[in-house]
Amino acid sequence: MTALVALDDVSKFYGNVKALTDVSLEVHAGEITCVLGDNGAGKSTLIKIIAGLHRHDAGTFTIEGDEARLGSPREALDRGIATVYQDLAVVPLMPVWRNFFLGSEPTTGVGPFRRLDVRTMRETTRAELLRMGIDLRDVDQPIGTLSGGERQCVAIARAVYFGAKVLVLDEPTAALGVKQSGVVLKYVAAARDAGLGVVLITHNPHHAYLVGDRFVLLKRGTMAGSHLKSEIALEELTRQMAGGSELEQLSHELARGGPTEFPGGHRPE
Amino acid sequence: MSTADAPTRQPAPSGGAGDERLVHRSLARRLMSRPELGSVVGAIAVFVLFSLVAEPFLRPASLSTVLYASSTIGIMAVPVALLMIGGEFDLSAGVMVVSSALISSMFSYQMTANTWVGVGVSLLVTLAIGVLNGVLLTRTKLPSFVITLGTFFMLTGLNLGFTKLISGTVSTKSIADMEGFDSARAVFASHLTIGGVDIQITIVWWLVLVALATWILLRTRAGNWIFAVGGNADAARAVGVPVTRTRIGLYMGVAFAAWISGQHLLFSYDAIQSGDGVGNEFLYIIAAAVGGCLMTGGFGSAIGAAVGAFIFGMASKGIVYAQWNPDWYKFFLGAMLLLATLLNAWVRKRAEDKS
Repeated sequence: MTALVALDDVSKFYGNVKALTDVSLEVHAGEITCVLGDNGAGKSTLIKIIAGLHRHDAGTFTIEGDEARLGSPREALDRGIATVYQDLAVVPLMPVWRNFFLGSEPTTGVGPFRRLDVRTMRETTRAELLRMGIDLRDVDQPIGTLSGGERQCVAIARAVYFGAKVLVLDEPTAALGVKQSGVVLKYVAAARDAGLGVVLITHNPHHAYLVGDRFVLLKRGTMAGSHLKSEIALEELTRQMAGGSELEQLSHELARGGPTEFPGGHRPE
Repeated sequence: MSTADAPTRQPAPSGGAGDERLVHRSLARRLMSRPELGSVVGAIAVFVLFSLVAEPFLRPASLSTVLYASSTIGIMAVPVALLMIGGEFDLSAGVMVVSSALISSMFSYQMTANTWVGVGVSLLVTLAIGVLNGVLLTRTKLPSFVITLGTFFMLTGLNLGFTKLISGTVSTKSIADMEGFDSARAVFASHLTIGGVDIQITIVWWLVLVALATWILLRTRAGNWIFAVGGNADAARAVGVPVTRTRIGLYMGVAFAAWISGQHLLFSYDAIQSGDGVGNEFLYIIAAAVGGCLMTGGFGSAIGAAVGAFIFGMASKGIVYAQWNPDWYKFFLGAMLLLATLLNAWVRKRAEDKS
């Protein structure tokens, strides 16, 4: 089966900075590919290439088998790749239903009487959210009054409704509590069950292991590992993610009774 | 597919007729979340005040005068409100009205053309000024406060400079004897008598603009975009909203209303003082802010701005009817702005917390 999105030895340079070197990844329909990495590992760069914000400098990027070089987020959307960013593409003061259709509003009537199809918009929003398992009290409430998790879910439901084949999620659980994260992961799974290919960017191996089918580990812009779920246990994933030996070093340094002087100077940089 | 978020709750019947969890959201609470609320409360208070202290205030003729004063502010307050919902200011709006009148008058006079030609040229030039404001804003990405402060001073200078250069004085020559003046006056500066009450045509224009703006805001794609551009421009861009086009369109809306106001000025006074209009931009902004438009964008209504304009119409004339010193009007303007903005902020916070 052809992958919906495949990256093969993709690299990206910003001037003389290697942001990403030889990273490969595959996204299949009905599967979740997790991209794990610490801050600065190159996760954002990877997203930006898939989302059409940046172009890669080396390697191949294929969408359903065809080599692609996306010029804009709009182009990515047209090819079926929807990205839900961490800071969420919603307008807080606008009602949920207006947010849901923002930028792709259906209209009815002709000429000067062309108007928003408000009825359809409200009913569709309600029905689509319900289909994702979100039972909203009132689609008229400002989306800013929803919790962070619910907002993520609305953004996911919107991408699914507008026919996305690949859903790219940037740290969807980063700012959320345990319970909220669980709710969001459930909708991620729901999107997968609806047949979408999902790219889940996270630095939480526990969340990743709960839903992921493939795991790509990034470290300082390079690929530190690529595993299928069947090949790796959570403990190993967590160990690799946390940096293995680095963690041991850290635990050693943090142990009580160590030297009291600070490493290095105090001068702020 | 997961459906187990709230197993104890029955999903509402499809069709969205209602939800049993919504009963607690009372009518009062729904009214509270309307942007117009603050201005309506203010309007009632001002109305009651002047009804008590100014005996002539309640006469039909006075009411017609008040409405006329309101309409001259209100015609501009409507597009300024839309612009504020879109997250921007236009400080050049006040002098743009006078520019529009000057262009119309001087073009007709110098070319000895039919006044309607001048009116048409004025429309094109005024819209071009609006486009310039919008393009400068979207290209430079500077704050609209700076951009329009610049165009405000430039227009002020151009108004005086060109008028002196062309007619030798600071005001334009009369065009009352020129062809087309009477028909243009009928459109922009006539009055109708309804039930013995004199109704200035600007009141009609004002109400038409309010209705049109409300329609655009609440029932068209452009309206959705205006709210989105003011509420979160980056998010709007990310989902494919034409942010630049929306902003330029909003500035053109202000220019269009400035053209209507300018032509009214011209055809009711005939000669235009080129130094006029300075400071009026604040009246429009205050009317919109009192009407519930958020200073930071993304929230507000055209009806609220109309009520805001009505408050200032009542105040400016009510102070005269009450035989107070009209100097107090300015103090009233400032106090009203502060009070209304505070009230709006408080109401919105409450409505959002507990809705």
